[in-house]
Amino acid sequence: MTAGDIVLDGLRYTNEHEWTRLEGEGEAAVGITDYAQKLLGDVVFLSLPKIGERLTQFAKCGEIESPKAVSDLFTPLGGEVVAVNEEVMMHPELVNRDPYGQGWLFRLALGDPGELDRLMTAEAYRALVVSPEG
Amino acid sequence: MGSDGIPPARRGLPALLMDRSVPGRHASTLPVCDVPLSPLPPADLLRDDLPLPEVSEGELVRYFLHLSQLNYAVDTTFYPLGSCTMKYNPKWHDEVAGWPGFAQVHPLQPEATVQGTLRLLHELQQFLSTLTGLPAASLAPLAGAHGELAGMLIIKAYQRAHGQDQRDTILVPDTAHGTNPASAAMGGFKVVTVPSDAQGNVDLGALKDAMNERVAGLMLTLPNTLGLFEPNVLEVSRIIHEGGALFYGDGANFNALLGQVHVADLGVDVLHLNLHKTFSTPHGGGGPGAGPVLVREPIARYLPAPIVQVAEDGTFQLVTPESSIGRIGGFAGNFGVLLRAYCYIRSLGAAGLREVSEQAVLSANYLRVLLKDVLSLPYERTCMHEAVFSAALLKAYDVRAHDIAKRLIDYGFHPPITYFPLIVPEALMIEPTETESKETLDAFTAALSSIVREAREQPQWLRSAPHGAPVARLDEARAARQPDLRWRPAAP
Amino acid sequence: MAAPSPYIPSTEDDRRAMLATVGLDSVADLFAEIPAALRNPRIVLPEPLSEMELKRELAALAAQNTNTDSALCFLGAGSYQHFVPAVVRALVSRGEFATAYTPYQPEVSQGTLQATYEFQSLVCQLTGMEVANSGMYDGATALAEAALMSARITGRQRVVVLEGVSSAYREVLATYASGPDLVIDPIAPDALSVDEGAACLVVQHPNFLGYLEDLRRCADAAHAVGALLVVSVDPISLGLLRPPGHYGADIVVGEGQALGNPTSFGGPYMGLFACRQEHLRQMPGRIAGRTLDAEGNPGFVLTLQTREQHIRRERATSNICTSEQLVGLACTIYLAALGRTGLRDVAALCYQKAHYAAARIAALPGWRLPIEGIFFQEFVAVGPRPPAEINAALLRQGIVGGLDVSDQVANGILLCFSEMHRKQDIDRLVAALAAAGGE
Repeated sequence: MTAGDIVLDGLRYTNEHEWTRLEGEGEAAVGITDYAQKLLGDVVFLSLPKIGERLTQFAKCGEIESPKAVSDLFTPLGGEVVAVNEEVMMHPELVNRDPYGQGWLFRLALGDPGELDRLMTAEAYRALVVSPEG
Repeated sequence: MGSDGIPPARRGLPALLMDRSVPGRHASTLPVCDVPLSPLPPADLLRDDLPLPEVSEGELVRYFLHLSQLNYAVDTTFYPLGSCTMKYNPKWHDEVAGWPGFAQVHPLQPEATVQGTLRLLHELQQFLSTLTGLPAASLAPLAGAHGELAGMLIIKAYQRAHGQDQRDTILVPDTAHGTNPASAAMGGFKVVTVPSDAQGNVDLGALKDAMNERVAGLMLTLPNTLGLFEPNVLEVSRIIHEGGALFYGDGANFNALLGQVHVADLGVDVLHLNLHKTFSTPHGGGGPGAGPVLVREPIARYLPAPIVQVAEDGTFQLVTPESSIGRIGGFAGNFGVLLRAYCYIRSLGAAGLREVSEQAVLSANYLRVLLKDVLSLPYERTCMHEAVFSAALLKAYDVRAHDIAKRLIDYGFHPPITYFPLIVPEALMIEPTETESKETLDAFTAALSSIVREAREQPQWLRSAPHGAPVARLDEARAARQPDLRWRPAAP
Repeated sequence: MAAPSPYIPSTEDDRRAMLATVGLDSVADLFAEIPAALRNPRIVLPEPLSEMELKRELAALAAQNTNTDSALCFLGAGSYQHFVPAVVRALVSRGEFATAYTPYQPEVSQGTLQATYEFQSLVCQLTGMEVANSGMYDGATALAEAALMSARITGRQRVVVLEGVSSAYREVLATYASGPDLVIDPIAPDALSVDEGAACLVVQHPNFLGYLEDLRRCADAAHAVGALLVVSVDPISLGLLRPPGHYGADIVVGEGQALGNPTSFGGPYMGLFACRQEHLRQMPGRIAGRTLDAEGNPGFVLTLQTREQHIRRERATSNICTSEQLVGLACTIYLAALGRTGLRDVAALCYQKAHYAAARIAALPGWRLPIEGIFFQEFVAVGPRPPAEINAALLRQGIVGGLDVSDQVANGILLCFSEMHRKQDIDRLVAALAAAGGE
């Protein structure tokens, strides 16, 4: 992690570098972190879950592509997909430019809000990505 | 700054064929129809328009000549791509391949009318067998990956024939070329990755852990993709075979082993060779290639069809092995490529081929020693025909392997392979081949030394390289986000 | 002291200097890691000869072949004799094209990449499809990969194949299908039904015996159950015939050999592969795309590489790496040389020669054309004797006859005609057939 990596407080994180933010009534938005987008490079294509799909926590639910790499996307929480960011599908570079804002990927209606406890806090995630590179 | 490259071409690409077309121009002549005319099919079966270019022959020649001059190629430049074996392609092979007696022969002609070709192919089968120690060969696969697919299906058939249907997994080292797991998956197998140890060899402990009664085979490149000979290969073979699996050899790096060892003696059961690498056939910008597959005697019955055999009367014929996995291509292989490999082997002989591997390995080690203080060498040991370096030491200057590669272009060299194998960060894989002179290797070393100096002193110059190529660094993200994959007429 | 061979520049002095730098005494030391007992195996190869001597030997081998420059030949069946203008060979043999690598470093491969983009464009225009790749190994493997692609897209396991598809292609399809355990269902045109388990319906047009299929019916049958329509074409025929894209084909494949490449005993050939835009990401093979460079100028790169093996590994759309690039370049130059009017003229000539031959053969006593329908440049003729005997008689007169297809049509011979056959060549064949039939 370099000085420029952003980790937002108030979000929860996975060790696969996804973030999630509670929104509205029992819903959560999901995206990938600033650290992840830097690692990936230019995002060129997204394969995201479909509306109505039921996801299990931590299961693979999509793929993110840069010109030379494919990364699996894992869902931080279980639930039903209620929205997918159409804008980011058409302009994948939004993931690079604004990973926590306009680069959101999809939104879930949560199955079990207790699953949040299995996720990292911002502090824990910062500690994870700050370890020196091998 | 020395190089044997071409001077940088003028910037700018020529206009596409459809954009330069003028109605009425044409570049060919045809005879008039000399038979009475029959009515054409009904109009609704015929096309209305045929949007193809309209250019004169002179324009066509200038256009493609101009395009050719935008390429680096072995014929113009040192091309040290690791594992690709970009050696010189002898020109007399091309001449022979164009003779009517070889080129104007239909694949379905009666066998009595193609005995010259069949004899040649039979001899080539035997040549490849004596070079590998594997007695049975099929020349049918049309590329290395095609040979790998055949190999995977052969292993599947073999295991099933021996009642081992439960063997649904192939082991692949973490250093493997992408075609290995892709071929295994195409063959219907699951892929399990085996890590390498600190010396760059297959981790024997991990291999033992991964071996079980579900494993059908192991795919291993010899020497491996780090350019290193696996000193434990006999132990690897023992572990695999004791577990009931087969040993698949990826022969992409065979240039290091020509005449030095029989891969069969190392335990390999099934092998493919890349004739467009080791055996000097031209790479063509991405093919054609040929990937013959060779096997031990008990596995010969599964080879892909067809193979060439001698009949009782001494004539040559194409036959299907008794339990063949089937036909893998439309005809009998890429004959034009097979012919060139035959010519190569005939012109060098056993001693000549041994000299190829000796010089290839010597030249690679020469570069290894010259460059080990310029870039970092992850494995401090004798390499074989290629050496893998890491540019990670330049990360402090925000310079990556990618940038070094692009800057080498300005020095008139084609870059080496970058970012492979995956286990070496910022990898640069350099394979000089035996057909380069010491002066070229020295010039290449000087260029790399200069570039590494530049990385420390003016890194931004590397990050914006190449500067002397026909185009500047290309935007690959844009190409993937906004695919433009074919000509379309300009909007009115 | 002399270097070992014309291809190895290093002299003894060079080797000594290199060894000194490496710090070894002899070259043998470089191979010390190979178990000593296995070193220097017995290699049995002919003694090497000079270029001059080898060309003589190879000329003797070539002379043992009958070649179609010196003998009339009426074979087709997936490999076609067409006239190749000299400009094709002249350009394809340029070392800058022939000895370049796959264009992973695009800045120094614009020649290969722009030519690939041209190839893709021409394939799309010829087939009426939206996107094309840079080619597969050959028509047969292209068809097999199209079936695998259809299975991936639909999630279904059955491949329905119309029986007019060449048996060699069907064998290759069976080999490829054995990987993912796809099931192949052959059907006849008069029993054209495709059920919901079908990933695709595979059709060859013109079919193996030379006759046009009803692509409209095939498209309807496939699409009615959500299956893809895969059509395998002869690209020369598309100079005349309405392309499969017009009928709603989802994937079009074919053998590109006929476009500027010799028959060469079956290879190297080139698998054409095109599909609808919506299936782009499931298409195998390399694709060149146009983009801009850092200075805003147009340039070309390999794109959508995440489909391919070097990135996606076991999840790739295919394992294909090296394909048939230089053959594709010949196709591109051939199509550009013939152009809009030339390809149509070649197709028309093939059609006319074949129809003239058919009329003359049908008029021979004891001969008939058993198949009803429209053919392009090939058709089946049935004579009074088995094809093996007919062809043997033809061969005694220095003519290579058609393909024995008596396994499909009793006493059937598949005869192929192209713009290279003159009227007198066809008349000679007809006379020989008449004699052979009567012997």
